[in-house]
Amino acid sequence: MTSATAPAAEPPLSATWADPKRYLWLLGLVVPLIPFIGWGLAEATGLGVMWWFGPAFVFGVVPLLDLIIGKDSSNPPDSAIKWLEQDRYYRWCTYLFLPLQFVSLVFACWMWSSGGLSFLESLGLALTVAMVGGIAINTAHELGHKRKQVERWLSKIALAQTGYGHFFIEHNRGHHMRVATPEDPASSRLGESFWAFFPRTVWGSLKSALHLEKVRLERMEKAFLSVHNDVLNAWAMTLVLFGALTAVFGLEVLPWLVLQAVVGFSLLEVVNYLEHYGLLRGKREDGRYELTRPEHSWNSDNVASNVFLYHLQRHSDHHANPVRRYQALRHYEDLPELPSGYATMILYAYLTPIWRRVMDPKVLAHYDGDVTRANIQPRERKRLLAKYGAAG
Amino acid sequence: MGAYRCPVCEYLYEEAAGEPREGFPPGTPWSEVPDDWTCPDCAVREKVDFEPVSS
Repeated sequence: MTSATAPAAEPPLSATWADPKRYLWLLGLVVPLIPFIGWGLAEATGLGVMWWFGPAFVFGVVPLLDLIIGKDSSNPPDSAIKWLEQDRYYRWCTYLFLPLQFVSLVFACWMWSSGGLSFLESLGLALTVAMVGGIAINTAHELGHKRKQVERWLSKIALAQTGYGHFFIEHNRGHHMRVATPEDPASSRLGESFWAFFPRTVWGSLKSALHLEKVRLERMEKAFLSVHNDVLNAWAMTLVLFGALTAVFGLEVLPWLVLQAVVGFSLLEVVNYLEHYGLLRGKREDGRYELTRPEHSWNSDNVASNVFLYHLQRHSDHHANPVRRYQALRHYEDLPELPSGYATMILYAYLTPIWRRVMDPKVLAHYDGDVTRANIQPRERKRLLAKYGAAG
Repeated sequence: MGAYRCPVCEYLYEEAAGEPREGFPPGTPWSEVPDDWTCPDCAVREKVDFEPVSS
C-alpha cells in the first residue's frame, strides 16, 4: 500500500498496520471547493439560496456528520509515527489545498463582478468563501509549524486570503509559549464570552506578533520597516492579492474581499476560543509557569470534524509536540474533552448562555470543583468565586 | 564549539552555525543567547531548558 520503508532493524510496519484515515484526508480538499459546490447546487436547483452553501456546510453538514459518525480514538502505534511523518502523500493533501483555495477566490470575484447575482446571493457567496479562508488558516497552521522553509512560505500564502499573515508568527512563538495563561490573548478564560474574547484575541495577537518581530529584528540589527519583517511581508501578500483581484474584476469586489477576510479570521478566532477555555497552567516555585501539559487543551475525537481540520482537535498532542505532522497526532485518555466536535461547539460559543451551561461545569469538574485553579476572567472573578463556593 | 538541544523537538543550536534568522550570527556563544529565547521550531521550551550535547 505504501512505498515507505521502515528502518532496517525493525519489521516492515506497513505489512502489519495500515492507516485507516489515509484516504479520508483527501476530503480536506473538499473544503476549498465548496464555492463550486454552491454554484453547482444553485445551477441544478435554480435556488439562489444555494450560494449560502459554505456556512450551511460548516455549521450544518459537519455537526450532523459528527453526530452520525461519532468518534474514532484509534492511534497509530508508536513505532509507526516516524514513517507516517515521512510519507510525503500526507503533505500533498495539505499543499493542494492552496491552489484550490485561490481558484475558488478568483471564481468568487468573477461571480461578484459579472455573475448577475442578487445582493443576498453575493452575500451568501462571500460567507461561503469566508469559510474557505477561515479553514485555510487551519491549513496554514499545519504548514507553519513545520521546519521546512518552503512549508512556512506556503503557510503565509494560505493566510493571504484573510489578511492574517501575522498568525504564523504569533501562534508559533507567542500562543504556544503562553498557552493556558492569563497572558495569552488566544486562550479564553472561564466566564469570558466569545464576544468579549474576540476583540481581545484579535488585537492582542496582532500586538504580540509585531512585538515578537521587533525583538527578532533588533537582534538581527535590521530595521522594523523592512522586507525581513515577516508580519509586514505577509500582509504585503494580502495587499498584492486584493489589489490584483480589484484591478482585474473592478472595485466592486473589494468590499466582498474585506468581508470574507473578516468573517474568515473570525472563524479561526472562535476555534481559538474553544481550545483552552478556562484551563490554567500552575506556577512553579521559581515563578515560571509549569510546562504545557496535555491537560491544558480541550480535545475532540469526532471523525468528521477531525478529517476536515487535519486532526486539530487532537489538540493536547499538538501542544506537546507542535512540530509533529497531523497524520501522526494521537488521542490520549482522561484529558479535557469537549462534548462535541468543533463545528458544533462553535455554535455554542456564539450563544453565550448555552456555552456557559455546557462548558463551565466541565471546567469545574476538571479542577475537582476548585474554581480557583481555573483561568478566570478578572472582572467575573468575584461572581464566579461566589457562585462556585470558593473563599474570596 | 558547543551544541544545545531542545528537549521537546530536538532542534539543535550549534554555536559554530549560530541561528542568523534569530539574530545570532555564526559563532555566537550560547552564553550570549538571552534566557527567555524560545526554541524557534516548537516554542514549547526556553533556552534554560535546553540540554548540552556532548560532541
